[in-house]
Order: sequence, then structure tokens, then C-alpha cells
Amino acid sequence: MQIISVNNLAYGYEGGAIVNGLSFTVSEGDFLSVLGDNGSGKSTLMKTLLGLHRPSSGVIEFQNGLKASEIGYLPQQTPVQRDFPASVREVVLSGFSGKLKGPFYSAEQKKKAKENIEKMGIEKLSGKCYRELSGGQQQRVLLARALCAAEKVLVMDEPVSGLDPNATADFYSLIQRLNKEDGKTIIMVSHDVDCAVRYSSHILHIGCHIFFGTAHEFRHSSAVTSLICNEDHDEDSGHASLAPTHDCHGGKKLCFPGDEGAGRVHGAAGKKGGKKK
Amino acid sequence: MSLLSKLFYYFEFPFVRYAFLVGVLIALCASLLGVTLVLKRFSFIGDGLSHVAFGALAIASVLGLSGNGSMAIVLPLTMIAAVIILKTGQNTKIRGDAAIGMLSVGALAFGYLIMNVFSASSNVSGDVCSTLFGSTSILTLSKSDVYLCIILSAGVIAFYILFYNRLFSVTFDESFASATGINTSLCNFIIALVTAAIIVLAMRLVGSLLISALVIFPAMSAMRVFKSFKSVSICAAGIALVCTGLGLIVSISAGTPAGATVVCADIIAFLIFSVLGKVLRR
Repeated sequence: MQIISVNNLAYGYEGGAIVNGLSFTVSEGDFLSVLGDNGSGKSTLMKTLLGLHRPSSGVIEFQNGLKASEIGYLPQQTPVQRDFPASVREVVLSGFSGKLKGPFYSAEQKKKAKENIEKMGIEKLSGKCYRELSGGQQQRVLLARALCAAEKVLVMDEPVSGLDPNATADFYSLIQRLNKEDGKTIIMVSHDVDCAVRYSSHILHIGCHIFFGTAHEFRHSSAVTSLICNEDHDEDSGHASLAPTHDCHGGKKLCFPGDEGAGRVHGAAGKKGGKKK
Repeated sequence: MSLLSKLFYYFEFPFVRYAFLVGVLIALCASLLGVTLVLKRFSFIGDGLSHVAFGALAIASVLGLSGNGSMAIVLPLTMIAAVIILKTGQNTKIRGDAAIGMLSVGALAFGYLIMNVFSASSNVSGDVCSTLFGSTSILTLSKSDVYLCIILSAGVIAFYILFYNRLFSVTFDESFASATGINTSLCNFIIALVTAAIIVLAMRLVGSLLISALVIFPAMSAMRVFKSFKSVSICAAGIALVCTGLGLIVSISAGTPAGATVVCADIIAFLIFSVLGKVLRR
């Protein structure tokens, strides 16, 4: 069931659009990864979807009864949060702050917050101070908060950036569980092509090439080839921004022409199906 | 014993009781709001606004207004400045800190200038000094001043309690808060207005140069030791109460300037809490 439809969208900062003519749809239960280079407007797209940023043209439509208040948001961390005195419980409860009727949270909201804390496996930390947690633990706290705000859709802005490989793998399996078991629709900005292709059902790549399709189609599309070629021109090593420096589960890495084992993705684009072994 | 009986003797005077009540109330409000301002990186707004309030007070005194009459000019002007500072802070063309710097220095210079040129008083430097450092005005409060102060403080404390959860959300993560449907720009607007009101009130107590101390010190001290937003807020309020109370008692019995003594008490509390925080973390 289609719940979000974006049609011919153009958005950007003051003074000019960074992305033009963007169209894609999201259906219930999808796991959409948004890929693209630095500065290509991935975060801005998320903010535009959430209504924090006004598009310069085009339409974003919520369909089949999806309401803006049913979308949870996991923003990038801000410097303010680094020395913020707040307990985990306080942070998670603040997910309900948009739904406050009176001045205080209801017993039901408190109960739900507790459930979300348990779901994220951080109940032992609930009295701890947010600033003293590790990066992975902090992301779990923010995810629990987003779950309090969201009934159906979770929008995440580079949730795994800055996490170590183990924490990244944990976080991905957590998201996957939310997607598969709880049926949450996930829209996630990522830098990490390999993990995105592995875990998500759909891929949106923005930048000079716009691609939208299933992860399977993405694997076989020319967007992957051009992506890698561009990266090769931009960076000497080609590793820096595209290649995951860690492996998200199975230990396989995205490789580049010239590397040992090159052609896993490159070859796939040329030969079709070359990736399936 | 003589010290205590001396204190009781002082408290028989209504102006001492007024000063004590008003001082403690103002410090309480300033410290509560201070937690939010410090965490939102807005602590300098208090400083900038206090200079604006000084300029506005200069205008009022030149116009021959004093007491509550001057409030009619000082309060709206400071509130307007608060909104301007907040708006330019979000503007990328003029950086927030530079905007505050320009506004505060400009108001200070303008205020001193017109006080010097137009003032009818024979003791201009004395007037300026008491506005800047609040040397005696806390002891010259009238009954209506006290009522005004009680009403405004009650309003601020009620606002803080009623909006406590939304304030937390907006302070911790503004973009998340607005994504969940909180009107963050309205929230920031109200915070700016309340800050302006507190600063105008607090000018009586510590003078316009030292106001930031009442806003920043209790919150910073509490943050050394406590780890949740609630405990930091409560502790900051407690620190403000104790420090202002002690500072005023010392100032009345030793004859030291009220504002400076209160701020020194806040500094001592900060040092104590810093050491305490270090010890507890071990």
C-alpha cells in the first residue's frame, strides 16, 4: 500500500535548488535507503519530507491515511547533545512531546516509553546520563525516542555514521527487526552503499544520477557503475567516502576497479547477475 | 549570637524584607531559565539584553520616569531587542554572537551618552554606577515593586512548570521537536520574552552588568554534579535560593554591595560543585 508519493520535487537551500525533478514512492513496509555524495541533499530531502523545509516546487503527498504525526525522526546528532545533562528516560519520553495534551506525560505514554526502551535493549541504561553513553547506545536511545513519536514511518539521517563496526552491525539488525517484525516503514540516509544494498528493499540515489528502484534493480543498474567511476575521479584511492571501511555483517567489502577482487559490483553492472554467487 | 540578633534587627525593616523576598524570587526565575539558556548556547543573550535594558533605563531616566514608570519603557524595549537577537541568530548573514555584541555595546554607549548629556541629576556617575552594579536600588523597593515582582516571578515559574516537557524537547533537539509537531519558533519566541522580563526584574538586584551571573552560574554549578534535566533544574533553583539568600545576608550585615556579594556567593558555589563533581566521578 503506497503511503508516500513524491512527484517532480525540487528543493535546496536559499538561492537555488540542489535537486530537481525527483519522483519516488514509498509503500508500507518498505526499507528505503537514500544514497548520494556529500552535499547532494540527502539530509535536506529528509527535512523536506518531514515538513521542516519547504520544497521549491513539486508535491509530497501522504496517502492512505498516513499523517505527518505518524512519522518518527532520527536526526543527526547535534553538538548541543554532547554535554547535555539528560537521563535516557527523559530523552525517550521527549518523543511524546509533540503529542502532549496538558503539561505532563500520561501514564500510558510513560508505559509505552518503557516498552520502547526495552525493545531497544537499553533498559539497564534508563537511569544513566545520555552524554556518558557510547555512540551506539546513544543511537538506540534516539531510536527509542523516534519510536515513541512514530506509529508507522521512521526517517533516519545517517544513524550509523561514527559507529564502530560492531555497533553498526547491531544497529542494522535492530532496524531490520523493526522493519520485518514490527512492519515499520524505514527511510534511511546512508553513506554506506554495501549495507544499504544488503538490508534495504528500495534504493534512492540522488546526485548527478538519480536512481529509484528496488535494491535488486540497483545492483544491476548503471547507477552503480557511474557511482564508482565518479568516485574514482574524485578521490585518489576511491575508498574514502564510498567504500565502507568496515563490513556490516558478512565481511564482504565493496571493491573498486583496480582492487583485488574488483568487479563484484562493477562486473555486476556489466554482466547482469554477476554478483549472485 | 550578636550576629543573629543583628540580623533579626535588620529584618524588622520592611525594605530589608522586601529586598530579601524580591532577590530570592528573581534568582529563582533566572536560574530556572538559565538551565535552558545555557544548554541552548544562548547564555550571551542574557548579557546582551542586560545592556539593552541599561540603555532603555537611561532613556526612561532622561524622560523623568522612575520606579514602575520606567518599566513601561524598559520592559517593551528589552523584549523587542530579545526578539531581534533571536531572529538574527537564525539568520546566516549576521552571526548571532556578532549581532548580540553589536546590540549590547551600542545600547551601553547610547545609554551612557544620553545620561551624560540630558540627565537632570547632579550625580551622573553615581546614577550610572547604580544602574550597572545595582548598588542600592534593591533596598529602595516600594510595595508596588514587590507586588509586580511577585506576579512576574509567579508567571515565570508557572510557565516553566507547564512547559517543562516541551522546553526539554526543544532544548535537547530542536529539529526533532519541530518534526514531532512542536512549534519551536513560538517556543523560542516565548523563551526570549521571558528572558527579557527576568533581566529587567533582575536589574534591580544585581544591576545590568552582573545579571548573566544569576542566569549562568546556578545552571553551570548544577551541571557539574547532576546528570538529568530534572535534577539539574531543581538543583540550580536550590543553588540560586541559597546563594542569593546568603549573599544578601552578608551584604546587609557587612555593608557590601548587594549584587556583587550575591554573584561572589554564586562563584563560590560553582567552585564547590566543580570539586564535588570531580570527586564523585572518581
